[in-house]
Amino acid sequence: MAELWQGLMKAIELIVTLDPEVLEITVRSLVISAASCAITALICLPLGSLIHFNRFRGKRSLINVIQTLYSVPTVAVGLFVFLLISRAGPLGGLGLMFTPAAMVLGQVLLLVPVVLGLVISALSGVDKAVPETAVALGASKIQVTALTMMEARFAILTAIIMGFGRAISELGLSLMVGGNIRGFTRTITTAISLETSKGDIELSLALGIILICVAMVINFLLNRLQNRYY
Amino acid sequence: MGVIETVNLGHSYNGKTILKNVELNIPRGDVLALIGPTGAGKTMLLRLLDLLEEPSSGTIYFDGVNVTRFRNYRLEARRRMAFVQQKPIVFTMSVYDNVACGLRLRHEKGETIKRKVDDALELVGMTEYRDRNARLLSGGETQRIAIARALVTAPEVLFLDEPTANLDPVSTSKVEELLAHIIQERKTTVVMTTHDMSQGQRLAGRMGVLIKGELQQVGNTEEIFCSPQSREVAEFVGIENILNGVIIEKDENLATVRIDGSAIQAVSDCGVGDKVHVLLRPEDITLSRAKEKSSARNVFQGRITRVAPVGALVRIEVDCGFPLLGVVTRRSAEELELTIGNSVYASFKATALHIIRRWN
Repeated sequence: MAELWQGLMKAIELIVTLDPEVLEITVRSLVISAASCAITALICLPLGSLIHFNRFRGKRSLINVIQTLYSVPTVAVGLFVFLLISRAGPLGGLGLMFTPAAMVLGQVLLLVPVVLGLVISALSGVDKAVPETAVALGASKIQVTALTMMEARFAILTAIIMGFGRAISELGLSLMVGGNIRGFTRTITTAISLETSKGDIELSLALGIILICVAMVINFLLNRLQNRYY
Repeated sequence: MGVIETVNLGHSYNGKTILKNVELNIPRGDVLALIGPTGAGKTMLLRLLDLLEEPSSGTIYFDGVNVTRFRNYRLEARRRMAFVQQKPIVFTMSVYDNVACGLRLRHEKGETIKRKVDDALELVGMTEYRDRNARLLSGGETQRIAIARALVTAPEVLFLDEPTANLDPVSTSKVEELLAHIIQERKTTVVMTTHDMSQGQRLAGRMGVLIKGELQQVGNTEEIFCSPQSREVAEFVGIENILNGVIIEKDENLATVRIDGSAIQAVSDCGVGDKVHVLLRPEDITLSRAKEKSSARNVFQGRITRVAPVGALVRIEVDCGFPLLGVVTRRSAEELELTIGNSVYASFKATALHIIRRWN
């Protein structure tokens, strides 16, 4: 028990003294997750409105498939990306294995179904009268889409933040295609996993506390958005 | 040529005919009220005219251009019109941004937008609501914002779908006053729907009666109320005495119509032998207990079959060989002892009757 307590004290010390290693790992985690999140948003916003605003055969099934992929295990995506970028894989020539780029690629694949599904449901949640009113006010097709997305902006932002939460807390994928290389692909989750098995509780706890803080900030933002009308 | 003209306009949805053969010509500056019972297709007609929906058949001309199908023309034409829905919604933005919406969609400059929006807010008396969240406004306020949002683009044609249907009486009169003011100030062409005939009468110069998807009659208020062209229109505008008869004699334009054995004299253009509907407003019937000397050509004795008080008035049904409905004030009903079973004389002028041909 005393050992744990000591570890916790040391961990807090690491955080408040801005330990270079802790800081570096944290920043890398945030940057990689933010990059994945931004790319995911760039894919999901247009794709989501395309799916929502168009009628086509199999639309319902497509949405079902997207929703099923919400809970795809990170290691499954990890395996898929691993096979994709390994020497013998179709993207093997790019030399992406064990790089941050590989992690971003994997996280994007992991996030797209979640964010896409949530964007579509955000758009379906908008009163049907909104696009109607936009048309009556003289909006072109693109302007109707833009106005409807504006109306769904809080729900869409919620979707993106949820995506960020999933990216920063995911382990299996980062470990498999990132490789937890110190100073290059080591992130909060991979570091915690390794340090804990090495018995270095202090660093693990410090990073764990930071991760929980990040989760709290995300939760706080989500709550604020959901309680907000305007 | 009018700003809007339709030729043989028709629309059906899921195999059900909603509108057929609508021929409308709306000159610039006209204020036209479309009246008709619920489900007659009024809203659909407005939606077709505002190019929100494509008609199944027929042609729509806007400012002389055929805008029935071509998408680019339709957007351009739609931007010169405005539509206020029956239940308008506002976007989750400030009142100002809501009103500015149409201008932004038309890529107007920032300065112009600010000036026009402030003008529009002043017009509808909502200046102090400028920065509020539009979603938190009451029904009447929302309606006024929707009107400001429509007017701010200076539309050539303004469509109003039941502008007061969802409002309480106080908000209704406020919105009506505002509309009357706008109609007078801006000289905008207005096409509105209403199921409230008196509202149509207050706001519009012309009326169109839409019944079961067909435009039965278009004309000024007086024509619609006093000379309906069909039985359906007559019923809708509240002419409660509709009798079937045949013209048996004609002297100049004074016709004698036989109805169930009685003969009524009326002014009509129809010829001898024509089957007709005789239309008579209850207000035009004078009821008395004794046979009075009067200039009325038609006097019939009958027995009162029903007495129904409605507000300050009493509706009296009389059987004089054919049924007649008259109205008197509550006081007259008491003074004249107009009670069930009593005998009464009903008199009405030949000019109070309106005769239309019937085909069945």
